[in-house]
Amino acid sequence: MIQAQAQQIAPRARRRKRFSIGKALIHVVLAVVGFLCVMPMLLVISTSFSDDLVVAQKGLSLLPQGFTTFTYEFILSSPAQLLRAYGLTMFVTATGTAGGILVSALIGYALAHPEFKLRGLFVFIVVFTMLFNGGMVPTYLVVRGMLGLHDNVLALILPTMIIPWYIMMFRSHFASLPHEIMESAKIDGAGEWRMFFQIAMPLSRPWLATIGLMYILKYWNEWIPAMMYIEDHRLFPLQYLLQQIVRNAQFLRSVRTAMTTQVAIPGLSLQMAMVVIAAGPAMFVFMFLQKYFVRGLTAGAVKG
Amino acid sequence: MAIAIESKRSGKRRVLGWLLAGRKDRIITTGNLLLMCLPALAMLLVFNYLPMFGLVIAFKDYRFAKGIFGSEWVGFNNFRFIFGGAGTGWRIVWHTVFYNLIFIFTGLVGSLALAFLINEVHTTRASRVYQAMAFLPHFVSWVVVGIFANGFLRYDGGIVNKLLISLGREPLYFYQSPSYWPYILAVVNLWKGVGFGSITYMAGMMGIDDEYYEAAQIDGANRWQQIRYITLPLLVPLIITVTLLSLGGIFRGNLEMFQMMIGTNPLLYSTTDIIDTFVFRSLLTLGSLGLASAAGFFQSVVGLVMIVATNWLVRTINRERALY
Repeated sequence: MIQAQAQQIAPRARRRKRFSIGKALIHVVLAVVGFLCVMPMLLVISTSFSDDLVVAQKGLSLLPQGFTTFTYEFILSSPAQLLRAYGLTMFVTATGTAGGILVSALIGYALAHPEFKLRGLFVFIVVFTMLFNGGMVPTYLVVRGMLGLHDNVLALILPTMIIPWYIMMFRSHFASLPHEIMESAKIDGAGEWRMFFQIAMPLSRPWLATIGLMYILKYWNEWIPAMMYIEDHRLFPLQYLLQQIVRNAQFLRSVRTAMTTQVAIPGLSLQMAMVVIAAGPAMFVFMFLQKYFVRGLTAGAVKG
Repeated sequence: MAIAIESKRSGKRRVLGWLLAGRKDRIITTGNLLLMCLPALAMLLVFNYLPMFGLVIAFKDYRFAKGIFGSEWVGFNNFRFIFGGAGTGWRIVWHTVFYNLIFIFTGLVGSLALAFLINEVHTTRASRVYQAMAFLPHFVSWVVVGIFANGFLRYDGGIVNKLLISLGREPLYFYQSPSYWPYILAVVNLWKGVGFGSITYMAGMMGIDDEYYEAAQIDGANRWQQIRYITLPLLVPLIITVTLLSLGGIFRGNLEMFQMMIGTNPLLYSTTDIIDTFVFRSLLTLGSLGLASAAGFFQSVVGLVMIVATNWLVRTINRERALY
C-alpha cells in the first residue's frame, strides 16, 4: 500500500532508481542505433585523415589508416574556389533567410488580423500552392525563359523563398498573441507597420529562430536550383560544388593543373576531406540548435 | 431654393464626413495589410501560379523557339507516347508510388520503435545523446548522403564489400545491379529520417496523461502491458493522421534523394526511375520536354486529387492537424 502511494507520488523518480535488464537492453539498442546514425560521418572523417595509397589498397575504414593531414594541407593550399563557394552560399542563405522570414511574417501577420476582409481569399491563395503546382518544366521555363534568371544568383534565392507552410505557422503564431497588447498599442496610436515591427515581431523571437533555422538549413543544403539555373562555376553554391568535385574527375584534373608542385593527387581521401570542410562546420552548428528544429516539427500539433 | 441646395450640400458633406470618420481607419488598416501581403503574393504569382498555366505545354509540341503559347497543340499525343505501349510512363509512376509506400511504412515502424525506446529511458541524460545522434542525419545534405552511400557501396574498398570479403563472400557490383536498390534506398531513407520522424511520436507520448500509467501500475500492469494497452491505442489517431498526410504526397518523389543516390546511371533505372528524376533528366539533357511535361501534368493533377482526398480524411479525424 505504502509502495503504491510512493509510486503515485513520484513514478518517474522511482522507475529511474531501479536497475533492470530491460532498461539496460534498451540502452544497448539505442546506443547501437545512435552509432549507426553517426557512423557514415566517422567513415568520412577517418578517410579524410588517411593515406590515400593505403585507402586504395585496403579500402575504406572507420579508423584512419596511415594518419596524415596531407589532404587538408592540399585543399587549403589553393582554397579560392572553395572560399568563393562558401561566400556565395553564405550570401544566398543570409539573404534568402532574411527575405523569406520578412515576407512570410508580413503576410502571416496580415492573414492573422481579425479586421482583414480579404483573409479568406488570401489564405486560399497561399494554401492552394501546397496542393497543386506546375511542376519542374513550367517552373524552369518561367524562371529561365520569362525572367531570364540564368547564371544569376537570384535564381538560387527567389524561386524557393516562399514556403506556404511557414506562412501558415507565422499566421497561427500571430493569431495566438494576446489581443490586449495589440488593442492597447492601437489605442496609443500605433499603425499596423509599427505594431508589426515593434510589437508582433519582438514577441516572436522563438518562432523567428525556429523558422529562420529551417530556412538556413534549406538554403545551405540546396543544390537543385543550382543544377537547373547555374552553369558558371564561379556561381556554384557549396553543395553543388561538392557534388561536382566528387562526381567529376575532370574537375580534379583541373585542380592538378592549377597546382605547380609535383605532389601526387589524392583520390578518395581528398574527396572526403572536401566533404568535411564543405559540410562539417554547418552540421556541427545545426547539431547544437536541434531544439529549435524540434519546436518547428511539433508546431503542427498546436496549429490553429 | 438656394437655402435648400446649401443644406443639401452640407448634408451630403456631413454624410461623407460620417462615412469617412467611421471608415478612414479601417481603409488605412486594410491598405496597410494589403501592402504587407503584396511581396508574398507577388512571389507566389510568379513562381507558383504562372507555372500552373505552363502546364498546358503537356498538350503541345513544345519548341523553345516558339515559346509556351506559340507552340502547336497536339492534343493527347504526349500522353499517348509516354503512357502508351513502349512508354516508360507507368513504370515511373509505379516506382514513385512504390518507393513512397515503402518509405511511409518503414518510416512509421522505425520512428515509432525509436520513440518508444527513447521514451522508456527519457529521464536519463543518455536519452538526450541518443536523440541527438538519431537526429543528426536530418542535417546532412543529400549530396553528402550520396557520398556516404558511395563509401559503403563502391566495388573497390566499399565498407559493405569489405565486410562481404571478410565473411568469405564475393563482392557485389551495387551500382550495376538494380535489384538491390529498393532495399538500399529504404535503408538510406530510414537512416536520414528516423530521428526526425520519431520527434512527432515522442511529442505525442509526452502528451499522454501520467494518470493513465499510474492507474495501470496500481492495477499491476507491467511496462509492456502499459505500452500495449495505453500508449499505442492513444497514439493511433496521430499515427493515422501522419500516415494519411504522407499518403497525400505519394505521387511526389524525393528528387534530391534519387538524383544523388542514382544520378544518371541508366543501369539502375529499371528499378529506381521515378517521375521526378525522369522529368528532371529530360529538362537538363534537353530530352523531350513534351513527354516530361506530360508526366509532370499527370503528377500535378493526380497529386492534387490525392492531397485533397487525404486531407479531407484527416479533417474528419483530427481537424487541427489538417493541412487546411
